[in-house]
Amino acid sequence: MQIEYTEDQEQFREVVSRFLQAKSTPIDVRRLMASNEGYDQAVWQQLCGEVGLAGTHIPEEYGGFGFGPIELGIVSEEMGRHLYCGPFFASSVMAGYALLNGATEAIKSAILPDIASGDRIATLVLDNLNNPEKVGSVLKANDEHVVSGTAPIVVDAHIADLLIVAASTSDGLGLYLVNADADGISIKPEEALDPTRKISRVSFDGVSSERIGGLNEESLNLTWDQICNALAHEMIGGAQHLFESTVEYTKVRVQFGRPIGSFQALKHRCADLLMELEFAKAATHHAAFCLATSEGEPFAASMAKAMASDTYMEAARAGVQLRGGIGFTWEEDTHLWYKRAKSSEVFMGSAHMHRERMMKMIEIAPSHNTGEQP
Amino acid sequence: MNPDEIRKEVSEWLDANWTPDRSLIEWRNMLLEGGWAAPDWPEDCFGRGFNAEQAAVVNEVFAEKGAVSAAQVGPRRLAAETILVHGSEDQKKRYLPPILTGEHAWCQLFSEPGSGSDLAGASTRAELVDGQWIINGQKVWNTSAHHADYGILVARTDWDLPKHQGLSYFLINMRQPGVEARPLRQMNGHASFNEVFMTDAVIPAEDLMGGEGNGWAIATTTLSIERQGFARGRTPTASRKPTEGPIYQELATELEIANEPYTWYPQREGRIDLVLPRAKETGAIEDPAVRQEIARLMCLSNGARLAAASAAAQRKSGSNEVIPAGSIGKLGASVIARQAAHVHTMISGADAMLSGPDSAEEGMIAETLISVPAISIAGGTDEIQRNIISERVLGMPKEQRSDTGPFRDIKRNVT
Repeated sequence: MQIEYTEDQEQFREVVSRFLQAKSTPIDVRRLMASNEGYDQAVWQQLCGEVGLAGTHIPEEYGGFGFGPIELGIVSEEMGRHLYCGPFFASSVMAGYALLNGATEAIKSAILPDIASGDRIATLVLDNLNNPEKVGSVLKANDEHVVSGTAPIVVDAHIADLLIVAASTSDGLGLYLVNADADGISIKPEEALDPTRKISRVSFDGVSSERIGGLNEESLNLTWDQICNALAHEMIGGAQHLFESTVEYTKVRVQFGRPIGSFQALKHRCADLLMELEFAKAATHHAAFCLATSEGEPFAASMAKAMASDTYMEAARAGVQLRGGIGFTWEEDTHLWYKRAKSSEVFMGSAHMHRERMMKMIEIAPSHNTGEQP
Repeated sequence: MNPDEIRKEVSEWLDANWTPDRSLIEWRNMLLEGGWAAPDWPEDCFGRGFNAEQAAVVNEVFAEKGAVSAAQVGPRRLAAETILVHGSEDQKKRYLPPILTGEHAWCQLFSEPGSGSDLAGASTRAELVDGQWIINGQKVWNTSAHHADYGILVARTDWDLPKHQGLSYFLINMRQPGVEARPLRQMNGHASFNEVFMTDAVIPAEDLMGGEGNGWAIATTTLSIERQGFARGRTPTASRKPTEGPIYQELATELEIANEPYTWYPQREGRIDLVLPRAKETGAIEDPAVRQEIARLMCLSNGARLAAASAAAQRKSGSNEVIPAGSIGKLGASVIARQAAHVHTMISGADAMLSGPDSAEEGMIAETLISVPAISIAGGTDEIQRNIISERVLGMPKEQRSDTGPFRDIKRNVT
């Protein structure tokens, strides 16, 4: 199993980073978060077309680049760092993985190429974003494939062409494909705490849908892990941006006749944060390395998400606190990342849920120890 | 050399030479001559210039054949690796071989009652009188000093220079009338450390290392070697399983003496290995609050392990990025030990009021609970590690100082 990135992967990161640095500046982020769409179509087309990121993890046979969770992690980390606003996470990551793990061959061949090229935007409709065990408790489909129920939080549904819906059926969790403009669907944009990630409430009032497959316990958990892997990378990228900008701020801000970064109260907080960040980053990269080869601890993705949740918020709190009053203003950029941190903290399961999920996996596989030898 | 070539060469050499019938010294002198005592040292200095991977192959073959290796345990390695970097040819030739053969045990004489975290504030006095150095002062926290033959010593040779510049680094013979080591009892009942009193102790001029006034730079080398040891965890090597032959008896005695100060070291690291078995055995694993804390502990310890592995991989691939592995690892070890003790306390409940052979794990849990405070102090406190991380890794501005100028004018503890 890998323990560090290869040279090719580092170069790939450079390419992604350069693109986002130019196309996702804080000015862009502020413009897009104030808009209804929440993304820039021209940039999205470049991102999918010229750079080809939307198909990063989608196999070549379905029009993607055939990379895996490691490269997807790299893209996500850079997007998190630059707070990229767009349907990448909903369409490529969430819908993409659900289709890869649960859809029929015919559907994968029909839809994934459009997701990889960005020609169509999809999103995954889950009725519960807290815990994989609770998915399917609200959305139901009958034997005629009529879907009913409400998903209160669906990312980027307002710009989606296709909804991939997970609904419970008489034979487990089914996957359904519906056009976003189908009869009986209501997509109501909600006010999101993090305005850089748009959220809608999606209701199905007896919607005739196409059954395209299903997710059993194993494939649902794999999908959840893969999404959490990408999300944890995104969060680590954001946490690193916050941390680096905050440390730089303490070097230039002068109070009491000296840079505030010379005070131990601040230095020690930054040192602790660096340690937490290094650990969370290593665990997150490790999750991708594990998923890439299906080796390693079965709980690696949950561990990464738990650590990323705590660390991103710790970096966000420090980002505001160490800036003092200016950090609490709208004008200063820190709150953009703070809100992404808070929203991501609970998206796809809180740290608390993921720690309990880790413990369940450890009980099943007692050979996995706590990481250190006696 | 590739691993297979190394394996072949060391196997052939051991097949031709290894027998448990020799005395320990005789055998280790053969190791020294054969170049197998320290294969990761330079070729002109008793080694073969092997990298860590190559040296690991040698260790593997030794373990497979049950062959005894060079002396490893205790502060002697700190001394050896520092001498390797800063010693003169003469010092290397005189001091390194007996360290490898186990003839000489060493100790570290750095901290003082008046200068703990502020190591550069040492006030042990070294004066050159008639061509030899006369030492007066007191050191503390000296592991193994009571049975050491030599010590690495930081002492002040110039009181008019700023504090860091007035220090020099010495190699001192501990077996002399002017040196007295007294055991120091710790809060966990063990006495692994000593206080060392030096009264007109004598050091020959040639045992000043690295030149007068260069003590701080050399001490920094020793400290960084020590810190890496903390991050790795320094659990004593279990004695080899009893094997026939007189050399194994000699080795067992050597290890017993050398390991004696370290019997509680696994406990100060938190005994993470006992967490899951104890949680299952007591039923505490059913408690959702305990489960959360166990998972937190696993996140920390896995995170630390993975971060260290990734830092090591980056070093190997020749990246020039500053990698804060040492201090971050040391700080991590403290946080992990505290969290482990917290979890053990939750698991034990009122049983944590007991200690001794009737208590959990024959006293190991109790010893853990009263030993973990040590790990956030020894080898540089957590607070000092945070200073190092923030200043050297993050480049944050240094604290304003009030200890500049000639050392004799700086405010000090009254001793």
